[in-house]
Amino acid sequence: MGNAKIIVKDTNLYYGDYHALKDISIDIYEKAVTALIGPSGCGKSTFLRCLNRMNDLIPNVKIMGEIQIAGVDLYEYDVILLRKKVGMVFQKPNPFPMSIYENVAYGPRIHGIKSKAVLDDIVEKSLREAALWDEVKDRLKYNALGLSGGQQQRLCIARTIAVEPEVLLMDEPTSALDPASTMKIEDLMENLKKQYTVIIVTHNMQQAGRISDYTAFFLNGEIIEYDRTEKLFYKPKDKRTEDYITGRFG
Amino acid sequence: MNKIENINSAKIKERMAFSVLWIFTIMTVIFLVLIISHIIIKGLPHMSLSFLLEEPRKMGKAGGIFSVIISTFYIIILSVVFAAPIGIAASVYLTEYAKEGPVLSIIRFGTEALAGIPSIIYGLFGYSFFVVFLGLKYSILSGALTLTFMILPTIIRTSEEAIKAVPKSYREGSLALGATKLQTIRKIVIPSAMPGILTGLILGIGRVVGESAAVLYTAGSSLGVPDSIFRPGRTLSVHLFTLASEGLSMENTYATAVVLMALILIINFTANTLIRKIFITRRR
Repeated sequence: MGNAKIIVKDTNLYYGDYHALKDISIDIYEKAVTALIGPSGCGKSTFLRCLNRMNDLIPNVKIMGEIQIAGVDLYEYDVILLRKKVGMVFQKPNPFPMSIYENVAYGPRIHGIKSKAVLDDIVEKSLREAALWDEVKDRLKYNALGLSGGQQQRLCIARTIAVEPEVLLMDEPTSALDPASTMKIEDLMENLKKQYTVIIVTHNMQQAGRISDYTAFFLNGEIIEYDRTEKLFYKPKDKRTEDYITGRFG
Repeated sequence: MNKIENINSAKIKERMAFSVLWIFTIMTVIFLVLIISHIIIKGLPHMSLSFLLEEPRKMGKAGGIFSVIISTFYIIILSVVFAAPIGIAASVYLTEYAKEGPVLSIIRFGTEALAGIPSIIYGLFGYSFFVVFLGLKYSILSGALTLTFMILPTIIRTSEEAIKAVPKSYREGSLALGATKLQTIRKIVIPSAMPGILTGLILGIGRVVGESAAVLYTAGSSLGVPDSIFRPGRTLSVHLFTLASEGLSMENTYATAVVLMALILIINFTANTLIRKIFITRRR
């Protein structure tokens, strides 16, 4: 096992009175893909949103416990720097209604980069890393909403990596896409993990099996089992994990 | 047998309902066409370039409406300059910052009530507050400030709706990149809501152009070209009202009405084209 990039200890989360995450403890390893699986409403997306403090935006959320990212406590970060370090790709592609170029340049711009030449470089590099450059290099000025769903999602990945994060959070990034686009994004993850620590929430167990190095199985707000993906899939220790991955519920 | 009769009667009802709806729809269209053609038929023969470019003579009985057109543009531009920033700022506050609660409902109720106040009341207020109390006298400035108050509710309401309609996913996308709330509002939310905000501004301009009572009491009805915003002026609607009520010249009244209608049409058309050009074709 590699180095732990994110260390979570005994974390609990409440939405008002509802206990959404129960005693979550998990070490997430650097430069690997960790998949979070489990039935709907089990808390996997909620957990993901703890890591870049997107849950702060929701009123009545109470989070207790300890989360460290790169050795620093989550709440010691300035939230802006934290979100720059921990990027997020959402379930539904959400490019901004502006040009492809502006979408990718948006992040670097708000973090203070003004030079056109530097921005040009960042845009090209990010689009290349997101395997989109060849498809859009001749129409960077076109509105991003004209791209196909799969292209939009890769654009969102490019937009996220343009601010040079260390961690990539992906919240079911392929659930709104067709199989061909899904495959492209899965291939992309193979490359992304060389540079980033990737955490992906997925409903699709085959996907978790194909792309992840580690898998955590969530159920009713708890982590039931967490292990290397092949171990969890072929030799689950817990009966509930086995029932879930063999399709007996969920 | 019975069944077939039922179906037939249902079909007849359907046809009748359709006819009634169709007749009422046609009626509204006919009224619109009647009004517009009446004005065009009566007004167009008196329209000419000199009517647009000449100063009014004999209190508008003769001559053109040049100074009136200039005053109208002054008032439009000034009210938009005042109302747009205030309205947009207020709607941003109401949608993005204010917490749901009694204060917010009171403000909402207030803006809605303001929208329902008859314009003559705004005129009275503008007269006693701007003209008399602040000593601005009958002037373009008094008129524009009064109209600002009058169109603010419209602008706030439409901008609020436009801002609310910006998908939450845009905001999340921006915040997740490490943008602050203010950056997100300035660079993502307001630009995305711009077509809706502009629609509100156009509705406001429409009210400004069409308003006579509130302007008569605050900007006056002086016929000269105002050389500053502190001078009085007469807008197209006020001119039309004065000409008609004093029976000075029906020809010039109708010609003025044609100009007024054309102006509103041109403003609507250019604004719509602009919105489409800037915001829709960009999507390709």
